[in-house]
Amino acid sequence: MHSTMGTDAQLSRRVWQDRLFKLILVGVALGVVLLLTTIIGFVIKQGVSVINWSFFTQLPQPPGARYSGILNAILGTLMLTALASILSIPVGMWCGVAMAEHPLHPLVKWAQVSVDGIQSIPSILFGIMAYLWVVVPMGQFSAVAGAVALSMIMLPIVIRAVEEAVRRVPTTMREASLALGVSPFRTTIKVVIPCALNGILTGSLLGVSRISGETAPLLFTAFGSPFLVLSMFQPVQSMPILIYNYATSPYADWQQIGWGASLVLILFCFVLSVGTRWVFKR
Amino acid sequence: MTDRWFKIGLLVAPAFLITLVGGMAITLMWGASSSFQQAGWGFYTQLTWDPVHHVYGGGVFILGSVVTTLLALFLAIPIALAIGLFTGYYFTTGPIAVMSQWVLDLLASVPSVIFGFWGLMVMVPAVRHFEMLLGVAPYGVGLFSGAVVLATMMIPLTASLIRESVATVSLELKEGALALGATPLEVVRHIVWPISLPGIGSAIMLGFGRAIGETMAVTMVVGNANHLPTHLFDPTNTIASLIASEFGETSDPVVVAHLIHLGLILLVLSLAAGMLGRYIIRKQS
Repeated sequence: MHSTMGTDAQLSRRVWQDRLFKLILVGVALGVVLLLTTIIGFVIKQGVSVINWSFFTQLPQPPGARYSGILNAILGTLMLTALASILSIPVGMWCGVAMAEHPLHPLVKWAQVSVDGIQSIPSILFGIMAYLWVVVPMGQFSAVAGAVALSMIMLPIVIRAVEEAVRRVPTTMREASLALGVSPFRTTIKVVIPCALNGILTGSLLGVSRISGETAPLLFTAFGSPFLVLSMFQPVQSMPILIYNYATSPYADWQQIGWGASLVLILFCFVLSVGTRWVFKR
Repeated sequence: MTDRWFKIGLLVAPAFLITLVGGMAITLMWGASSSFQQAGWGFYTQLTWDPVHHVYGGGVFILGSVVTTLLALFLAIPIALAIGLFTGYYFTTGPIAVMSQWVLDLLASVPSVIFGFWGLMVMVPAVRHFEMLLGVAPYGVGLFSGAVVLATMMIPLTASLIRESVATVSLELKEGALALGATPLEVVRHIVWPISLPGIGSAIMLGFGRAIGETMAVTMVVGNANHLPTHLFDPTNTIASLIASEFGETSDPVVVAHLIHLGLILLVLSLAAGMLGRYIIRKQS
């Protein structure tokens, strides 16, 4: 029994250590995952009780009133994310294509550093930036300011997705087009971008899902409003701000509406982020 | 000719991006300039934030941010490691692994304000109860609550990154060691751990960068008390939550400049952590 593996006693000790480690590890991992699941469960349990038709079609009411809804917050969030997408997707696509097509250009190298940099900036600082760039010159809080803040958060996500997607277009496709005498310009427009379309779409939707739950950059840009506002140049309500205001309010029925809004927001983010990843993987 | 202009046209976008980032840096520095001039280096050592008597110091918030985040990391790292090894090494396939991954993906997409809401309604009462048992002032909100909520939010992200890093360890190495008679624990210790260490390090750095700038969840449970915590459960404040609660409320340009100054410090901290984390990943691949 004097092999390199040691004696029986050593062997059984090693086996025991292994079992104990696995037991502790699996116990901790599963235990925590279960605990985390209860967070989602809690939001669902609390949220479901207030969600009905009028929840989506009514405006917020004072505490105690029946038939309170979150229509203005839903429309506000749609407005903010739509405008942020309009601002960031074209620039992001343009930038992503440039970075994938000319990876060695010095400008692109600096742009890579910039993308990493933007991704590391805490989201509340985009709020400060949009405040200084848009709110101060305009003289008031507005949907535009909120959308500018959100678009800066979305931009690097779109750029990375587009860059990745364009990189993944097989070289043979590009070469086939060039060999047929198509100019590099037309090759990019007609061959490379259509091939990368799936990735571009995925990136844009991931970006939307990321910004739709952002609260901090909206605090002093879009600000929030109890009214139904459809103007881009006035303060608007949004789902995350509504949740924040209602969560920190002392009224139980407002808090309950906050849970309903949380559930709607989680579902929205989840469907967008996991859903798109799932669909486009196939 | 078109192609030349096309290339130039394409490169306008990266140039714009670089300008945008430069513009952000200049905006913040310009916004904070009067704070630099007035407070100077004393801003970092001054531990009082008292707008009524016009005393502005950033020390409490800088330390508060760092302490809260480090405590959250301390709580989150062992758990994230366990989950990362669990889904990246022990159970890479099968219903349990798929379900766990699914839950983590779902949680990673939950907005932070909802974690804050949960923290306020579920965790804070539990902490308050715990504090009564311990005999400390039962605020419920405070340093500990902030760190627990932060850790909860960090676990899905760091665990996913650790899993990715653990899963890249080559099968041949693992199977080779097993075939030589190593136990799975020894494979983890001598093969998986050393190989995935840079990945784990970068996951921790990225987690730190994300957590230190985390605003909403912390604002809701950290207590927003502008003093240094004297013990684990003391209410305190962080840079991000100070900005969140004060920036929109004030019209005093002095306060605004000091808040932007603090924002700049936050930027430097999270940028350093984030860039370091990404650098490690890039160097590895």
